[in-house]
Amino acid sequence: MLNVGKIEEGFVLDHIEAGKSLSIYHHLQLDKLDCTVAIIKNARSNKMGKKDILKVECDIDTLDLDVLAFIDHNITVNVIKDGEIVDKKVLTLPKEIRNIIKCKNPRCITSIEQELPHIFVLADEQKEIYRCKYCEEKASESTYAW
Amino acid sequence: MRHLMNPLDFTVEELDRLFDLAGDIAADPAKYAHACAGKKLATCFYEPSTRTRLSFEAAMLNLGGSVLGFSDAASSSASKGESVSDTIRIISCYADICAMRHPKEGAPMVAASRSGIPVINAGDGGHQHPTQTLTDLMTIRALKGRLGGFTIGLCGDLKFGRTVHSLIAALIRYPGIRFVFISPPELKVPDYITDQLKELGIGYEEVIRLEDSIADLDLLYMTRVQRERFFNEEDYVRLKDFYILNNEKMALAKEDMLVLHPLPRVNEISVEVDDDPRAVYFKQAQYGVYVRMALILTLLEITV
Repeated sequence: MLNVGKIEEGFVLDHIEAGKSLSIYHHLQLDKLDCTVAIIKNARSNKMGKKDILKVECDIDTLDLDVLAFIDHNITVNVIKDGEIVDKKVLTLPKEIRNIIKCKNPRCITSIEQELPHIFVLADEQKEIYRCKYCEEKASESTYAW
Repeated sequence: MRHLMNPLDFTVEELDRLFDLAGDIAADPAKYAHACAGKKLATCFYEPSTRTRLSFEAAMLNLGGSVLGFSDAASSSASKGESVSDTIRIISCYADICAMRHPKEGAPMVAASRSGIPVINAGDGGHQHPTQTLTDLMTIRALKGRLGGFTIGLCGDLKFGRTVHSLIAALIRYPGIRFVFISPPELKVPDYITDQLKELGIGYEEVIRLEDSIADLDLLYMTRVQRERFFNEEDYVRLKDFYILNNEKMALAKEDMLVLHPLPRVNEISVEVDDDPRAVYFKQAQYGVYVRMALILTLLEITV
């Protein structure tokens, strides 16, 4: 078993679906932060069998967790200060996501006006349905591009 | 400042006020003949649409205002690559209100977000065409005396028909509506609509032949069934006559059933039906002008 040490301040993102940690690393734009990041893939989990974990040592205000809720709101977010868990954040689906996914509807205005932000709005919280703000096309794996 | 992007932008109460105003205009057009004197409507049509554009222009001219604009993208600065946001900022300096049609969905919304003047969505791709829905509602209200408490049959292409989807969304806000969806299996109304009707407890049935259900209807909304929508020619030939309204089928309908159609009609309503007093699709075009006049006055906040 691989051991990764404690962090003093930052986040531990636990219960990430196995294999998704790199995608989350990318969408949290961790590559642009000058901080220590540990990506743990395929860790053993009683609950999930296998899971990924991300440990990010950074100021706790620097991360936009909205995107995390959109990707998978079952992820556990542990907030760490002075080496201890001080908070567990509950992720809720953001009302709106901006420039996280792109609308792939060829009839959408965003297909020809490149400078427009790609905005998706939470249309149905229960069914977790997001729709493009402009053309109302439903966001699904086949209709959007990361 | 308000815009109109979606027929549901207005509450039922706001629509009532709009239709009351349109009704007053219809009753006494002279009273409104100079209401928009000195005001200009810009019709920015990035794709051709003779009927909608002329209806908007007639509405503004009837109000004593003037119109300017373009009728296809080739004659606009879009052909030079100008964005909708930039165009509307310029148009805002020239006109007081803008009606915009665009082949790309959401373009009028982008324009509205940057505009200094009210923007009316005059049709954006397969997305919304709110003034058609307002026209349909106005026609029903004016000729039936109410919006609600009736069975409406929607016939033809219910899968891709934008006007049908918008009309259903607008009608479910009124009480006592029952829908009969009449279409070939290939062109059935999308599941998300029937799911919503089930959730709201609104009655509907889906049938294949118009003549099987026409006797139950208080209103019949016809749309075109296009040959290219069918998977094969054999099915088209087999089914097309089910969706052609003629005097024979009209004989089965109630005496006060109204026939509406967003137009243009091709062959789905026989010309022989035009003389039937229940055929109101040409009156619908007239109500379209009244409701656009009321809309222009409302968005410009002009009272007479």
